[in-house]
Amino acid sequence: MTQAAMSQEERHHPVASAWRRWAVAVAAALLPIVLALGVGALILLALGADPGAFYYHIVKRGLLSWIGLQDTITRCAPLLLLGASLIVAFRAGLWNLGIDGQFLLAAVISAALAPVLVTVLPVWLVLPLVMVVAMAVGALWSLLPALLKAYHGVNEIVTTLMMSFLGISAANVLIKLPFDDPTTTVPQTATLATDDRLPRLFGSTINVGVAVGLAVILFIHWLMTRTAFGLRLRLVGANPRAAVHVGLPLGALMVAVFALSAGLAGLAGAVEILGVWGNVRADWNPAYGLMIIPLVFLARFNGIAVIGFVFFFAVLSIGGETASRKAGLPNYFILVLVALMLIFLALTEWLGQRRQMAARD
Amino acid sequence: MSQGLLSDAFLISLIAGAVAAGIPLLLAGLGEQVSEKAGVLNIGIEGMMLFGAYAGFATAFGTGSLWLGFLAGAAGGLVLALLMALFCVRLGLNQIVIGIALTLGADGITALLHHVQFSRTYPRLPRVETLDIPGLSEIPILGPSLFARHPMVYVALFSVLVLTWLFRKTHVGLNLQAAGDKPDALDAAGISVVSTRTWSVLFTGVMAGLGGAYMAMIGAGIFVPFMTGGAGFIAIVLAMLARGRPLWVLIGAFLFGASLSLTTALQVGGVNVPTDVVQMLPFLMVMIVLVLFARRASLPAALGLPYVRGQR
Repeated sequence: MTQAAMSQEERHHPVASAWRRWAVAVAAALLPIVLALGVGALILLALGADPGAFYYHIVKRGLLSWIGLQDTITRCAPLLLLGASLIVAFRAGLWNLGIDGQFLLAAVISAALAPVLVTVLPVWLVLPLVMVVAMAVGALWSLLPALLKAYHGVNEIVTTLMMSFLGISAANVLIKLPFDDPTTTVPQTATLATDDRLPRLFGSTINVGVAVGLAVILFIHWLMTRTAFGLRLRLVGANPRAAVHVGLPLGALMVAVFALSAGLAGLAGAVEILGVWGNVRADWNPAYGLMIIPLVFLARFNGIAVIGFVFFFAVLSIGGETASRKAGLPNYFILVLVALMLIFLALTEWLGQRRQMAARD
Repeated sequence: MSQGLLSDAFLISLIAGAVAAGIPLLLAGLGEQVSEKAGVLNIGIEGMMLFGAYAGFATAFGTGSLWLGFLAGAAGGLVLALLMALFCVRLGLNQIVIGIALTLGADGITALLHHVQFSRTYPRLPRVETLDIPGLSEIPILGPSLFARHPMVYVALFSVLVLTWLFRKTHVGLNLQAAGDKPDALDAAGISVVSTRTWSVLFTGVMAGLGGAYMAMIGAGIFVPFMTGGAGFIAIVLAMLARGRPLWVLIGAFLFGASLSLTTALQVGGVNVPTDVVQMLPFLMVMIVLVLFARRASLPAALGLPYVRGQR
């Protein structure tokens, strides 16, 4: 809908509007964040914490210290892939709200598979192979919601959420029963040796996963905005009836969207395990899913903008751990911040639409 | 009493557990049914339940009165529902984005408040006094698990009847259905779509808040962060599958309640199954039901779409 407004402005002021467009877009993206941080500060005050110190520790730990910055950049890898996953689904008008289950199940399968495979195959082959398997696991976990949506019109919000809960429990069953490492006391999978994990970059603790994440999200952005295939998917989202009318196989395209989206969520799980943890402990669930949705919305489904927001969120989540500890609070404050951002995002969007409508009249 | 399945202890534990776990689902499911009927898909119901659970528990713990707790739970759900109504019905913002935001916010706020107030002591509420229905409560097995419960159970069951009557026999029921299926027609008949939907969302908030409060105060006797654990989402599914019939929500709620409480019942019966496997049961059931009855899970035509007069 912003595009409609742009073209109208351009008709009146063809040159000057380019700068204004950028300024408005940046302001519209930053305003919700600023407002959320402001209201968040009030909540911190109410909880008896010092908001200035809290935000200072977030920046200091997540951005300004070298160790923290490496953690932040490492954290970006799965988030970028999950962002790419959601861009595919949301641009095609499908709500894949099951990425947590897809992520976790793929992570557990990767953790079970990699330590076994490295004993028979060279590492350079094992790592990509495990990633492909993880993508297949994620895609498979979305097959049922995809088929139900594509051929029976069953609301995918509900089915993907249900499959997500199922996937999280199934992952725990797998860890505790078939994949349990008997040599450890806590239930967890076997551990992939540090030397066999994703290679690290330039002597830092950052692994190559973040490069994979960047490449994938740029590719997805290009795919969705610059190719005929992407255009078809967007048409499915924008107007399914028109899509049928021009002869697109609606059902097959929907299944493809789910497979791609859930496959990328599975890849995120593999990258997190092969790059950072090397194993999965029982009841481990970072629950990135609901957190990454607002970022994708803030970025208006734009892959390049998602990179910026993911980095911002990674700083917030790495720095937030330290800041919460210093303030004597649990790490749940980030949840509140994200919720506030979503609400202010929706409000800014609404104000923008009203402005456009006023301009048209 | 003998050990094993089909022993009295197992059955009593299963039925009692089904009621204890089913009542929150029933209350929330009925609420969601009303708002879905009116065309609002309330994803924020998980957050409303959690907020109600916290508000109910904190109030009951502070005042010692469960009824004040229920009042506070309803108010807690109502507060989030007011936000939902303002953003999604009045301003027409995306119902799913706002719903996720409310759930995330409730997750975070209640966990923080719990940390500040209760994390050192983890207080519990005393055992609940029950209202034994004379005669019925003495039936073996069924009696103690069905007819010797907290009065709120009977209120919840009674609301099934009230809603059935409301949907079938009154103008309010017709208006709700029109708001979800053909808002234009309702508008043309001179009844405001926006206020019909607003009231239905507020009703959902109250019911979800009551459900959450029941879960914390009576079901568990304690508040723990994220304790609703997807119950709100199950309520959404119940409402979807019930296709506007309150009685079906009731049946579904007790079926899911039974599968939720199966772990405890199995342990009472002397069978040990990993908790994670049993935790999958309710969600597995939802998927099976959806696969079997996929074509029949019909939803109102204008569900999830904001109503703007004169817009096509």
